[in-house]
Amino acid sequence: MCAKIWIARDYANCSGCRRCEIACALKHEGKIWPEASRIRVFMLVPTLEIPHFCTQCDDAPCISSCPVAALSWDPETGAILVDTEGCTGCGDCVDACPGRVPFLHPATNKAVICDLCGGDPECVKACTEGGYNVLRVVERSTSKLGEVPSYKLYAKTPEEATVGLAYRFYGETAKELV
Amino acid sequence: MTGGYAGKVLEADLTSQRVRDIVFDEDVLRKYLGGRALAAKILWDRLGDKWGAIDPFGTENILLALAGPLTGYYPGMRICVSGKSPLTNSIIGSTGAGEFPLELKCAGYDGVIVTGKADAPVYLYVEDGQAEIRDATHLWGKDGKQTVKLINKEVIHDLETRRRGRMWKEPGILYIGPAGETQTRVAGVILKWTHACGYGGYGGVMGSKHLKAIVAKGTNPVPEPVEMEDTLRQVQTITARCFRNDMMRRWGTGFAGYEVGFYTSSEPVRNWQEEWHDERSFGGDEFERRVWQKRYWGDYGCPTTCLKVAAVNRGPFKGAITDNPDYEIQAYMGTNLGIFEPEGNVYVAAIGDDMGLCGIQGGNVLGFAGELYQRRIWTEEDIGFPLEWGDAQAFGRLAEMVAKREGVGDILAEGSYRAALKIREMTGVDVLPYVVHAKGMAIGAHGTRSGLDYEPISAYASTVQGADHTSVGGQIDGPSDMMWGFADSAVICGFNLFDDTMEPVWAMLRAITGWDVTGEEWKTVMGPRMLAIQRASLLVGGPDHVWTPDDDDNPPRFYEPLPSGPLKGKTTDRAQVMADKTAYYALLGWDARGIPTRETLKTLGVDRLEAVFGPLRQ
Repeated sequence: MCAKIWIARDYANCSGCRRCEIACALKHEGKIWPEASRIRVFMLVPTLEIPHFCTQCDDAPCISSCPVAALSWDPETGAILVDTEGCTGCGDCVDACPGRVPFLHPATNKAVICDLCGGDPECVKACTEGGYNVLRVVERSTSKLGEVPSYKLYAKTPEEATVGLAYRFYGETAKELV
Repeated sequence: MTGGYAGKVLEADLTSQRVRDIVFDEDVLRKYLGGRALAAKILWDRLGDKWGAIDPFGTENILLALAGPLTGYYPGMRICVSGKSPLTNSIIGSTGAGEFPLELKCAGYDGVIVTGKADAPVYLYVEDGQAEIRDATHLWGKDGKQTVKLINKEVIHDLETRRRGRMWKEPGILYIGPAGETQTRVAGVILKWTHACGYGGYGGVMGSKHLKAIVAKGTNPVPEPVEMEDTLRQVQTITARCFRNDMMRRWGTGFAGYEVGFYTSSEPVRNWQEEWHDERSFGGDEFERRVWQKRYWGDYGCPTTCLKVAAVNRGPFKGAITDNPDYEIQAYMGTNLGIFEPEGNVYVAAIGDDMGLCGIQGGNVLGFAGELYQRRIWTEEDIGFPLEWGDAQAFGRLAEMVAKREGVGDILAEGSYRAALKIREMTGVDVLPYVVHAKGMAIGAHGTRSGLDYEPISAYASTVQGADHTSVGGQIDGPSDMMWGFADSAVICGFNLFDDTMEPVWAMLRAITGWDVTGEEWKTVMGPRMLAIQRASLLVGGPDHVWTPDDDDNPPRFYEPLPSGPLKGKTTDRAQVMADKTAYYALLGWDARGIPTRETLKTLGVDRLEAVFGPLRQ
């Protein structure tokens, strides 16, 4: 049994190469398929690329939102797993997620959520190979500072993440760009 | 359906506001692949008979944006734009980087053909096998950054309303800035703020059609190869090669702003009056410390990520954002204007981006104006303000005037060569010696005088791409019309193409398409066929200008002695240029004046070009 992991993310250094998307889609779909990749790099503002994927919130509002109980925790890795047989494609999990991370598969219309590749995520390998280290596998914290570690904090919509990064990069000019 | 191809091309007629799908026979794709070569085939099939009469800015011209069979698999991503060029009056393959071709292929199309002209500004929207022509009145006049912002917002909003169930990623956008709208000849077709399909001047062609942008959103997989595993194996080999290209990864071409001047004396300085400088402030390391915000920036699937993001956040140039700038823009929007500080360079480059200027054509015409001012042919009164070398504010202001065709900007908007003809007519002064061009197109920022940079020195004189510094003439192997012509047709990034990994490239092409195509076939048949069509379009030219084989030469300035630096006094050997050119033409099966022989045309299966070349043979 592997320790629960988390993928740390550092948007500022994302090159926008999207090799993480390619690696993810090849692993899960056997094809290069940007809109079916579990990690999707948003570029709402060019130069500000935001890799968008599940943060495994501690209280997983997606799981409790599912009317048919098709979502569950993977006890080994901490990933949210989708029972594609059970999923009806209602989209409630998308709305329940504070970062609107899940999405419905473009072909099957079933919910798609990062499964951490069973503990050895392909996206991280692609990013590491490029030396960008935007994505890194870390051990999921079990400390109880304020009851639960706040992984949910990272469940941001791409817009929210873009705004912050725009100010960091471009100062006041940011408001004209976003 | 052939592997790697979506299987259809979208044709939009802006006059009738109708769209339809076009399917090319596999035989055509096998011969022309995509991108530049397919563009040449399409353009000549449709317009060849009346080529000389086609006005590049007229309703009859056709604008093409084509991907290729390797796009989406080969590391890096580009789109190839073409049409009849308002600079060279010929077919130019002009590529730019971005995710637009990915979205297009995932939307089910290998390319877009735009004909006719809309009455009012429009943009073409493509989504999953369908397309529509949308109003763009609200986008007309908007600069690049605003255009991207507004299109992203409205397309995403529309998608979220119609197709619920996900956060929608931005679409791929190919657009023009004001410089395209006003039909300047120095406008690029732009992607992602800073990436221009520059050579050719196709921004103005889009503008003439009232086409602000082509926007694509696709949710399908990239069209699948015949042999996926083999394809991915070749991708891995080339990716590993890209990762070893550390200098390029670390600096992009941005190390060269100092080195091409200092070490090889071949960087344009003050409109090419000099090609040497020792301004250490212009080193890549200074750019990194002073303006880089991101050390690696790239496009879909690219391991090299040679671009860097630069922004000025303080001082008089605050708010300027661009990429590296890469070498060409360091040179043309920097040293060529006498600017040797990164902030000033970023400032002028950012205005060029925002206005939708091609950095090379735009920077060249700004430098030309600078020399007119230096020589007092143009005064402060003519221009409206002093235009001293090194004054980034002044050159930035002039760049905007060019894009908007204001004041003298209206003359400069014609590009250096045509502006010079006009100024000669107006003032009686022969200013053509100050124009650094080949066949009406500004030359890339690598001079031939020192002999240390561009080999062979007939690179510009003999290319079918006007004055392209990447797709050069003079040789068949290595950087050349032949290999960049392949990159532009397959459509991939030439910076990820290496002499020592060409075998995996051909293997990938076979694995994706299932065809038995080889590198040898490209070099001896497919490539030369593309070059022959481009050459025919160049020598027919028109209607405002007809180029002849005598124009296969460097500009006068390239034969002046270098005035400074360790190679002071050295210049381009004209006899050598002519000898190199003739030898290169012979390799292609062309006569000494660059006319393909009847046998060559027959071998290449383009006998119909005899109608053009026959009368030109002496």
